Amino acid sequence: MPAAAQIASARREFLKGLSALVPSVLCSPSRAAQGGPSPTTRPIPSTGENLPVIGLGTWITFNVGNDSVARDACADVMRAFFEAGGRMIDSSPMYGSSQAVIGHGLARVGRAPALFAADKVWVSPGARGPGQIEESRQHWKLPRFDLLQVHNLLAWEEHLPTLFAMKASGRLRYVGITTSEGRRHREIEAIMRSQPIDFVQVSYSLLDREAEQRILPLAHERGIAVIANRPFRAGALLRDLQRHSLPAWAAEIGCDTWAQFALKFIVSHPALTCAIPATRSVAHVRQNMGAALGPWPDPILRRRMASHVEAL
Amino acid sequence: MSEWWTYRLSSLLLFSPRTYYRLFELYNADVWPGHLIALGLGLALLALAMQRRRWAAGAVCAGLAACWWWVAWAFHLQRYAGINWAATWFAGAFAIEGFLLLACAGLGAGWRIATWSSGNAKVGLGLLIFAILIQPWLGLLWGRPWFQAEVFGLAPDPTALGTLGLLLLLRKVDDNGRPGPRPAMAWLPWPIPLLWCGVSAATLWAMQAPDAWLMPAAALLAAWRAGTPPGRG
Repeated sequence: MPAAAQIASARREFLKGLSALVPSVLCSPSRAAQGGPSPTTRPIPSTGENLPVIGLGTWITFNVGNDSVARDACADVMRAFFEAGGRMIDSSPMYGSSQAVIGHGLARVGRAPALFAADKVWVSPGARGPGQIEESRQHWKLPRFDLLQVHNLLAWEEHLPTLFAMKASGRLRYVGITTSEGRRHREIEAIMRSQPIDFVQVSYSLLDREAEQRILPLAHERGIAVIANRPFRAGALLRDLQRHSLPAWAAEIGCDTWAQFALKFIVSHPALTCAIPATRSVAHVRQNMGAALGPWPDPILRRRMASHVEAL
Repeated sequence: MSEWWTYRLSSLLLFSPRTYYRLFELYNADVWPGHLIALGLGLALLALAMQRRRWAAGAVCAGLAACWWWVAWAFHLQRYAGINWAATWFAGAFAIEGFLLLACAGLGAGWRIATWSSGNAKVGLGLLIFAILIQPWLGLLWGRPWFQAEVFGLAPDPTALGTLGLLLLLRKVDDNGRPGPRPAMAWLPWPIPLLWCGVSAATLWAMQAPDAWLMPAAALLAAWRAGTPPGRG
């Protein structure tokens, strides 16, 4: 295919992907009730349910143990997240006290009807999975999870049948798998091809774009929702970027901060469903949710964003 | 989790530096005025180490065993395990170390605290003094507040360093007070404090703490001196 035709084809695909970015008032009742702008959403391919493109991760930030002051600070972050129209909160039994801190936050915030509860199963052998899932559910204090994922593919052959059975019996809505930092992508691909999963979670950021090669196109092809973890490389990317000025052209896509710049790059990929930045700061969660508002970079601007950051 | 070797140290860190140091702050607030008891115990161990009485070695080992058990239960199990699931294993290791020290206290009747004119004993005494009197305040140098101090007998790092210092002092001595080789049994309490120095260093390194070098440097010094025959240096 000639280069011009390739670009035209890529543009068509991209615009098709962008058309799935829906600024939805219906999906963010708290935000709509306040009359503020609603975050852009993307449909989960397996059901069409819309999810805001920015979620909330809890790795490190929500692991604060029994520190009541820090627990309340996390609850404030959750409140600000819901007020800005956020839905997906993601955690794992691996994340120390994070699940219990989410449960504390939900109790403090009160009803959070928009919540999309995403957790993981991380235990071997697989026979211990149901017990761990129940323990996680009790930490969150929820009747059920929306999404359960096999964390880092640990004992996935044993866990997936359990999760599919839970989904079939109505005790779970979606099933997924996760990896991070580019590990085991070939195995991830094989599972995406062979198992009826709804979600895949991988690391994807301005400087971690390996998923673009095979995982994201495959997810698009197979109708699998994609969650991007480590959007800021656990904060290291932002610490590096903050030594430099944000380019003036970032304003064209409505970015006021490097965090928004990094998140807009991620969630403007047509195959992405949402990114899950983690924070313990109310100001930062508001900034992050600002990245869910348009306008969006096109493929040319996305390449410019990546090149600019690589060159810094 | 497979492929451990593909993980960076920072990828395995479960908590932020703020949460880690706040853990000590809350712990200190909870156990106050236990610090006074811990300081008193530390000074008593130091005094015993300097007296070199016949029964001193056993008393020192028993006192240290109590410190390790306290840290296993009150710090690792009750608090650190809240943010680090590996802390339950640390608690187990610290409890085992307590038993090993107690075994030394019971079985090491012929042991003495070495005369501290030897190089090994000077280093041992230096590590003990450092762990009890200096290490708790080092955080001030790196901008941490005093109420996050890590105290000997209550917190794992100074307890491990002080123990290495005291273990360096343990010798089988003849009736004239001349040091002999270290009894085989006296090596048993060495691995766990040394391993803890490595665990602590890895944690601090992953948090990019400026004092991450301290514990491994002290452990290397202790291990090097322990391997030096008595009478040298």
